[in-house]
Amino acid sequence: MTIDVKAQQNGVTQLAIQGEMTIYTALEQKEALSAHLKSSQELQIDLSGVSEIDSAGLQLLLFIKRETSAQQMKLSLVQHSQAVVEVLELLNLSKHFGDPIVLTANRKKS
Amino acid sequence: MSNEFDAALTIFAQETEQLLLDMESALLSLESNPEDSETINSLFRAMHTIKGSSGLFGFNPIVAFTHEAESVLDKVRNGERSIDADLISVLLDSKDHTARLIDHCLVNADAPLPADLAAASDRLIKRLSGKQETGMQATPIDDGKLQAEGGGEITVDDSWLISLEFQADALRNGMDPLSFIRYLKTMGEIKEILVTTPAMPSGEAMDPESCYLHFKIAFKSDASKQTIEGVFEFAADDCAIKILPPNAKVEEYMRLLDAQDENHVHRLGEMLVQIGALTRNDVEQALKLQTAAEGTEEEAVKPLGEILVEQHVVQQPLVEQALKKQDQTKQKIASESNYIRVDATKLGQLINLVGELVISSAAMNLIVERHGLSDADDVAASMNALVGSIRDTALELRMVQIGETFNRFRRVVRDVSAELGKNIELIISGGETELDKTVVEKINDPLTHLVRNSLDHGIESPEQRLAAGKPAQGTVQLNAYHESGHIVIQIADDGAGLNSEKIVAKAIANGLIKPDHGLSKQEIYNLIFAAGLSTKEQATNLSGRGVGMDVVKKNIEALRGTVAIDSIEGQGTTITIHLPLTLAIIDGFMVGAEQDRYIIPLSMVDECIEMDPKECEINEIEHYINLRGQVLPYLRLGDYFNCRKSDEQKRRESVVVVKAGQNKAGFVVDQLHGEHQTVIKPLGKMFEKLKGITGATVLGDGNVALILDVQGLIQAAMKKRSRTTPYLTSQHTQ
Repeated sequence: MTIDVKAQQNGVTQLAIQGEMTIYTALEQKEALSAHLKSSQELQIDLSGVSEIDSAGLQLLLFIKRETSAQQMKLSLVQHSQAVVEVLELLNLSKHFGDPIVLTANRKKS
Repeated sequence: MSNEFDAALTIFAQETEQLLLDMESALLSLESNPEDSETINSLFRAMHTIKGSSGLFGFNPIVAFTHEAESVLDKVRNGERSIDADLISVLLDSKDHTARLIDHCLVNADAPLPADLAAASDRLIKRLSGKQETGMQATPIDDGKLQAEGGGEITVDDSWLISLEFQADALRNGMDPLSFIRYLKTMGEIKEILVTTPAMPSGEAMDPESCYLHFKIAFKSDASKQTIEGVFEFAADDCAIKILPPNAKVEEYMRLLDAQDENHVHRLGEMLVQIGALTRNDVEQALKLQTAAEGTEEEAVKPLGEILVEQHVVQQPLVEQALKKQDQTKQKIASESNYIRVDATKLGQLINLVGELVISSAAMNLIVERHGLSDADDVAASMNALVGSIRDTALELRMVQIGETFNRFRRVVRDVSAELGKNIELIISGGETELDKTVVEKINDPLTHLVRNSLDHGIESPEQRLAAGKPAQGTVQLNAYHESGHIVIQIADDGAGLNSEKIVAKAIANGLIKPDHGLSKQEIYNLIFAAGLSTKEQATNLSGRGVGMDVVKKNIEALRGTVAIDSIEGQGTTITIHLPLTLAIIDGFMVGAEQDRYIIPLSMVDECIEMDPKECEINEIEHYINLRGQVLPYLRLGDYFNCRKSDEQKRRESVVVVKAGQNKAGFVVDQLHGEHQTVIKPLGKMFEKLKGITGATVLGDGNVALILDVQGLIQAAMKKRSRTTPYLTSQHTQ
């Protein structure tokens, strides 16, 4: 399992993702993350163990962000690994994921 | 004033005259077709151009007046004001007024505008602007769609705007969108980047292995569009790529567009690719979309430019500029290749020279033939052919369509019928028929006269028409067509027609005919061309057909034409004019009779027959030719012109069968010389009365041959055959 539950109290679930976040793991990770979307009020994800992230991984993070905001849950990404930081900087997303502000503008159709 | 200035003024006068003429016909055509935007545009342009060129000469009264008309037309053009009968009337008056203003300014440019003209200007301006924006209001054009909205929130003037929309299968196909963006970064600076996932479903439906990522990137780079597109080449199948050039580049592109070679019309896409604003791929994609749209019937196919802008691959102003450029180039090429202005006298001179060339070429042929210079034969033959083509081309230079002349009558009909309180429609057909400009100019007066007669005296008042069981609206038809080397112009009305009894009575009273005249209806109608029947008072009695008709006939005959009249009482009158196509050179057929040679216009020659009793027989007593069972009247040209009885000595004769309209006759001649390019030299006044001859020509050997008036001679032959009193010969044989 690449997603560990570190703690779960007062409606706050702390998760840690280990290993790669790529097209190869995306399906599995999505299932696991979705399961936690229902039971909690706040989600904290520790990304320190992410060794590699590609478009599918990024897309998954964007998905979680959107799902949590739709349910008015709090999402915090913490402890970004170098791989994650590189991608978020490349795409200028670090600010948005770094704090709980939801990227609603992204929904806008081109 | 310098000569150059004078020349410029002459051109100004010619141009404005033409513009006003165009304007008139445009206005008249608007009466029946008020929605025609092209015509409205041409009206606007006419006023606009006149205003512009008047400004150049400082003709301020014209500028001031045309400005008002232009403004009104601009409103019409934009749909802010509807065009109706009232406005058309005002604009017609404005057109006339502009012509008067131009006349005034041309004659005394510096003098102030006379009070009456100034007052007329004011009045018309009031009428022009009188009705304010009623009727149609312009629907605001929804140009939101056309705006180059570029990259949504991202707008950075000096950056490329790149939009990447990855398709669902991109990830599964092994693409990693991030890697393309990393690669892009090596070529310039990503100023801003926006990630969106507009199509990503929520919850269960989201497939993490499908790609929902869209990117919008403001990219600063000196790379060309082609190069940037190259970055994504590999992803092209799985990604919709749109690259919009930096706004800052638009100006550069505009300059490039301006600098493009004007001598060829390019396709829009090609122009934009050339300057680098588009890549071939962009154009292909847009064309594909366009072709796909052609299949569906729902919407009209969008122009390429619009698609390109919607695709956000190019800015709207660039497309506009390119279209404008394209249009300009087209117009430039069109105007360059279609028309140049030539002085009519120079053209006349050229045609005269070509005439002389034809004669001297004939002379050369004669010498080649006489001396049996077989070496020179080929050269002479090819020169002959060339001279022939030069002649034809030179003559074509003067050919114009008669439509323009016809169209002028729309105004006449409009004005006269309003004046007389009649409802008359003018129907024009055959306007594309061409004939020599000099003929067109000279036929204008007689034609005006005939049309006015039809309007004034031919068509009855609406009440009379209704009483006679006819529709209240009368029609006058102008028709033109070609017939055996002639042009035929017909003026037909559905009016009251001629009253033959009254004509006969008047003619007898005038001593033109005797009471026991025995004339056919045709001949009676032709009486109205006689000078004696053309006084005003009688004219009214004869429904006016006599007014100046002798002058009309004379004018037409001066053009080597003929005029005939036909009428059915109560149903209308048709006047038919036959005119030669040109006044200068014709293809002739040369024949010899006695010692003389004659030219028959080739177009009127039906066939030539050597005298052979099996085919053709002359009946001297009954005076006809039996041509394969067909009875033809004939003339022995030698006898006719030399006034002597045929030689006792039996000659070998030939017959030339000629036809004019429906009539045929045989000319009996001694020799057939064959085709001959004939330069028509008019006969002097002295020979005006000669019957059966329309002109003369100089032959290669310096001799003169007479050109025959075939129509007149056929009439003469028919007279001779029917042995009626040669009563109206003078009316027929001219």
